[in-house]
Amino acid sequence: MTDPILTNLETVPGRDIIQHLGLVQGNTVRAKHVGRDIMAGLKNIVGGELRGYTELLNDAREEAMARMVEDAVSRGANAVINIRFSTSSVTAGASELYCYGTAVVVQ
Amino acid sequence: MGSLAFAAILFLVGWIVGSANERAHLRRLAFSEKNLAHIRVCNIKTVPDDLYPGGMLVTGNCVVAIDYFKKVLSVIRMFFGGRLNSYETLLTRARREALVRLMQKADDLGATAVYNVRYEFSAIGAQPHAIGGVEMLAYGTAVKHTTGPAA
Repeated sequence: MTDPILTNLETVPGRDIIQHLGLVQGNTVRAKHVGRDIMAGLKNIVGGELRGYTELLNDAREEAMARMVEDAVSRGANAVINIRFSTSSVTAGASELYCYGTAVVVQ
Repeated sequence: MGSLAFAAILFLVGWIVGSANERAHLRRLAFSEKNLAHIRVCNIKTVPDDLYPGGMLVTGNCVVAIDYFKKVLSVIRMFFGGRLNSYETLLTRARREALVRLMQKADDLGATAVYNVRYEFSAIGAQPHAIGGVEMLAYGTAVKHTTGPAA
């Protein structure tokens, strides 16, 4: 089973959509661990990039996308179009990553 | 008295080291943007016909911290109104960095352009009442043109 095509366009370039399978979504809530929080506290003095958080949110986003893809594949889709992301902070030190799109079959 | 001196030291450290970090980051950004200038990015949805079939979602993100120096500056500035230059530069840097990472991912996939680039922004922090940092996410669809750069 090949990986489905993922895109945030409304069409897949060069391919035709033959069936719409509805909205699919994936989300995850991740908390960081204390080590990263201390580094973030230090960075609050000098500024700059928070690499720990960047990696955390990257991993969380990959997982949310993987769950969405799983949802799409289980419906028989081979592409997910019009993908959008949403991030929100829930409680101190945790973020929810939400990813949604439309599952379609393309030929 | 001791805590005031401590705060002043934090402020000074934030200013000196923060400015140095910012300059270094801006230099790195200029360098990366020059190297990746062959990847065309835009935020339109209609794609031309001369593309290879398929496309791939690419993302780039950057989380930057807000340091005490910027916070103090903004509190002072809020008395008088006007632009908060320190926050402007911070968010611009985060956005440019996210876009550079997106272009790098597209380049790794062998793409020549990224369409429908969108930005998402969210505040993150250790305490619920204070913003410790902001995350900037850029995402788009990477495609490959079949004809050359003149297209």
